[in-house]
Amino acid sequence: MKVLVTVKRVVDYNVKVRAKSDGTGPELGNVKMSINPFCEIAVEEAVKLKEAGVASEVVIVSIGDKSCQEQIRSALALGADRGIHVEAEGALQPLAIAKLLKGVVDREEPELIIMGKQSIDGDNNQTGQMLAALTGRGQGTFASKLDIADGKAQVTREIDGGLQTVALDLPAIVTTDLRLNEPRYASLPNIMKAKRKPMDTLTADELGVSTVSKVTLVSAEPPATRQAGIKVETVAELVDKLKNEAKVI
Amino acid sequence: MSILIVAEHDNASLKAATLNTVTAATQIGGDIHMLIAGVDCQAVAEEAAKVSGVSKVLVADNAAYGHQLAENVAPLVTEVAGEYSHILAPATTTGKNLMPRVAALLDVDQVSDIIAVVSADTYKRPIYAGNVIATVKNDEAIQVITVRGAAFDGASAEGGSAEIATIGASHDAGVSAFVGEEVAESDRPELTAAKVVVSGGRGMQNGDNFKLLEAIADKLGGAVGASRAAVDAGFVPNDMQVGQTGKIVAPDLYVAVGISGAIQHLAGMKDSKVIVAINKDEDAPIFQVADYGLVADLFGALPEFSEQL
Repeated sequence: MKVLVTVKRVVDYNVKVRAKSDGTGPELGNVKMSINPFCEIAVEEAVKLKEAGVASEVVIVSIGDKSCQEQIRSALALGADRGIHVEAEGALQPLAIAKLLKGVVDREEPELIIMGKQSIDGDNNQTGQMLAALTGRGQGTFASKLDIADGKAQVTREIDGGLQTVALDLPAIVTTDLRLNEPRYASLPNIMKAKRKPMDTLTADELGVSTVSKVTLVSAEPPATRQAGIKVETVAELVDKLKNEAKVI
Repeated sequence: MSILIVAEHDNASLKAATLNTVTAATQIGGDIHMLIAGVDCQAVAEEAAKVSGVSKVLVADNAAYGHQLAENVAPLVTEVAGEYSHILAPATTTGKNLMPRVAALLDVDQVSDIIAVVSADTYKRPIYAGNVIATVKNDEAIQVITVRGAAFDGASAEGGSAEIATIGASHDAGVSAFVGEEVAESDRPELTAAKVVVSGGRGMQNGDNFKLLEAIADKLGGAVGASRAAVDAGFVPNDMQVGQTGKIVAPDLYVAVGISGAIQHLAGMKDSKVIVAINKDEDAPIFQVADYGLVADLFGALPEFSEQL
């Protein structure tokens, strides 16, 4: 079974991004970039499926400028087999990304596609569901457990208030949630080995996709700040303030 | 303009987040219709018809929609979408699962998780874990939007008298099936709907100690939450996580216990009306957003707090 995994290059999880002072967008100069954490979980799940003998090949795809090849190499170092880089400039909207991915899916014909549930830059949480719609396949979003058996993907999903399990015909699209697995670290020998793994490059034109979007960023601003309040000395004082000042209990 | 809201419900009653979405729709302006897709969901339709501001309720009562599988509900929504300028749903796990599928079938971009309506095509939404608030303009003919419930007050559940119309369409994509559900049994309110939320972080040390928080939550009629650190450490399940990648809450009172206040946690609770922080580290960032801070060992403070309530 061939598994396709998407990875996105994003500002590292530990960086606190701020709005530019002129309000034109987020300040992204000279910040550390990494694989989106949810994508890393997707890579890990695919590699585990390969180790379990369920997957035969794990293909990584990333969309962006040349620098995202770095994240493809990182995914290859975690155990994936080969990479596909779809060249695109600028920040694409999820629908355009899903259309590009559909082009890759049509060429590669994977039986399973694993993606992060959202990227921690745009926080849209759309692309996996959109790719499922465009390919007409089932979607197992926010997965905390994945089993492949009898031509189906059984996916346990994190829903408000609990868990839901669905069975999807393959091919299917699965998006990862935090509890699905704990991604491994790449070993130095595997990082070296990843440099020699094959990587193809495609363009939006080759895939016949227009990446123009109708959603545009007007401005960006910092969130409303909260003023620090007061320190209370005792629990009794806290209870008194909540009752008589804030009147919330 | 007319707006379609895809209601969130469990075939028995309307979920509160739907009422917050009605308020967002009211701010956009126009005729507001509500779609109830489910099975044996007539009671929900009657409830929806009473919601203030809703003028028409569409009911699609069919086994294929019983578990809100996006593969089946999305084609139903797209079938009626042509009549509307906006299609809204709450940004809950159900809405997040469904709406991008609807948008892609309609070949339009979606705007996720809006926290403010600027105009009928311009919205504010958080990006980068809430560190930046983006204003985005959407030029699509049909605006597909998910709404963050915590950012809008709920519309009144009474006062409306919408007409109810049945739509007969059945869409069973046949690519997915419901297998089962484990919904946490609890007498406490749902995290995102609770007026009081008491959350614990890594400082709780283990899952057992969350009982101390439960005692307080029960006295205040609240829900119990957790930071990502507490979830990652395995103390409590993921569905209790408050934060950018977990639940977004905005209760009247939020009590953060043993939580340092990482950016991603703050993004999930900073819109709470009153924030209390209890932490033994007086330099913890959580104190910078707390209205009332108590520097104390939580194992001493919590039983005392519980006793005095």
